[in-house]
Amino acid sequence: MNGVHDMGGMQGFGPIQREANEPVFHAPWEGRVITMVMGIAAWGKFGVDQRRYVREQIPPAEFLRMSYYEIWYTGLIANMLDAQMVTRAEIDSGMPAAGSAKLTPALMAARVPTFFANGAPKKRNVPDAPNFRVGQRVRAKNINPTTHTRLPRYARGRTGVVARDYGVYVFPDTSASGQGEKPQHLYSVSFEARELWGAQAKPKDSVYIDMWDDYLERV
Amino acid sequence: MDTTRRGFLTTAAGAAAGAATGQAYAAQADHDHQTLPSDMTLRVKSLESLLVEKGLVDPAALDALVDTFEHKVGPRNGARVVAKAWTDPAYKRRLLADADAAIAEFGYTGQQGEHMVVLENTPTVHHMVVCTLCSCYPWPTLGLPPVWYKSAPYRSRAVIDPRGVLQEFGVTIPDDVEVRVWDSTAEIRYLVLPERPAGTEGMNEEALAALVSRDAMIGVGKVTLARANP
Repeated sequence: MNGVHDMGGMQGFGPIQREANEPVFHAPWEGRVITMVMGIAAWGKFGVDQRRYVREQIPPAEFLRMSYYEIWYTGLIANMLDAQMVTRAEIDSGMPAAGSAKLTPALMAARVPTFFANGAPKKRNVPDAPNFRVGQRVRAKNINPTTHTRLPRYARGRTGVVARDYGVYVFPDTSASGQGEKPQHLYSVSFEARELWGAQAKPKDSVYIDMWDDYLERV
Repeated sequence: MDTTRRGFLTTAAGAAAGAATGQAYAAQADHDHQTLPSDMTLRVKSLESLLVEKGLVDPAALDALVDTFEHKVGPRNGARVVAKAWTDPAYKRRLLADADAAIAEFGYTGQQGEHMVVLENTPTVHHMVVCTLCSCYPWPTLGLPPVWYKSAPYRSRAVIDPRGVLQEFGVTIPDDVEVRVWDSTAEIRYLVLPERPAGTEGMNEEALAALVSRDAMIGVGKVTLARANP
């Protein structure tokens, strides 16, 4: 979707504000939010693509006002509502619905080191012929889905060159809407900065963007 | 269900007004006299209590994950990988050819580092990394990203004005050097292998690792003879 999360090339956000000796978390609640997201993710009811998609659906003015972990907190609840893991009444009251059974958490403390070290790989060992080869000129499709996509607006319709073929990966556009993984080749595609931004860009500069087969067309 | 969810995204999100914004973090860090718990503190406590009561999360697992983020992952891990690549040519070849396997030799694997690619800076090419769509970042080697990396100013400008961004970080790239910006739009996570500074020829891996900053491994800094910070 053409949301405000898709920030590449936007202007007017001001200088980059860096913080000396920045802590990992600025308040304990931030650490609880990101780790609750991981603990809930361990149930396997929704993946990273669904998590990103709900955050993108936060209204733009709210999205820009909220801190990073407020966005995660809001998205976590939305994902759990969607997956029917909690109800709105439970969220509002902070109490489980009367009579609901207590479950055993999917991620117990003893399994955390393994859970973290294994990660959640998105590469798939399934046969899939690549549509493009390294060195080939390609164009990013001009698509404007109202659903989740990882094809940034600033690249749509632009021409680049396939720099690397990473192999077969889960396709987020279908994965985010529960329409399956649709594994396909993922490439790094290089775009000259002038192709993206015009004459104001330096002639030698470029942007490398990770793109799936379904984002690309022949030139 | 969707109306319930949408309703939550619109109205409950609005109730959080007044909590810190990303840009306010730096300023807020100076205000340690805050005595009342913030709205978000209370709301997150309420959510955790609900999820624990329902048996959806184990609070001890959350503690262990917080400990992982605060003490087990972070840029000191990435710095060790870089220092090894600087001192061991065979390791550097493995790292550039198959970063997953080479980084796994240190045990820095897992969440948000499942598919690693290492980009080597040279006198003619400078790489820098951004995620314009969210906050993708290699957790096992660099830890959680700093606020500026997740912020709108960096995400918006890194791709359209990389040299201006680098100037803000104190890095000037000559016009005859290529700047390549890597936008992490997929599940590949990028780590920049910075140039080894001159004058470090006699230094061992440990001493070299102490010079390697987080910013240099994102590609917005250069490694110098001064001890890395951050």
